[in-house]
Amino acid sequence: MAVPKYKTSKARSRTRKSINMKLSAPKLVECSTCGNKVLPHRVCPKCGFYRGKQVLNLEDIG
Amino acid sequence: MRHRVGFNRLDRRSSHRKAMLRNMVISLFRYERIETTKAKALECKRVAEKMITRAKTDSVHNRRTIAKDMNDKEILNKLFTEIAPMFDGRPGGYTRILKLGFRQGDAAEMVILELVEKTTDKKDDKKKAKKSAKKEEAVAK
Ligand SMILES: [Zn+2]
Repeated sequence: MAVPKYKTSKARSRTRKSINMKLSAPKLVECSTCGNKVLPHRVCPKCGFYRGKQVLNLEDIG
Repeated sequence: MRHRVGFNRLDRRSSHRKAMLRNMVISLFRYERIETTKAKALECKRVAEKMITRAKTDSVHNRRTIAKDMNDKEILNKLFTEIAPMFDGRPGGYTRILKLGFRQGDAAEMVILELVEKTTDKKDDKKKAKKSAKKEEAVAK
């Protein structure tokens, strides 16, 4: 049976794995109401608007 | 065959899960808008939507069927007399989920689960008012 001749070094295996460890910056879009940068498909935490509608009354939450 | 028709066990025993969903649905019908995690909201939504669909036809049988999963007579009555009639003519999609972002602590995605139409909304009244106003204009012209 074929068997590896050498132990795979930490560096070698980590280098191989590193391609899947990449972090990517979050994709942000501008809130159409206040221009704040928000995650797409989320309610804007600054003004409480989502798709042009007030869905959160931020004063209520305090 | 009901293969591949799953649901989220929400990391709870069935009795715990059932009790929690029951409480959540009652809260949803009481306050018409609740804030929760996305996973819980999706499970709560399916229970709530099925209840509303059944509640559209008010009968003793339907009331008893829903009462099995709802231990609050007041809310049961509200569901049949106030909530279900609002959704007459709407074939499902009675609730809406709005994403809020991630919770501090465990980074769970938080959402708002709400009824698409609210009992406090006087939208229909306004629409009717607008329509009648338009009619009046048309008549005047
Ligand atoms: Zn905004």
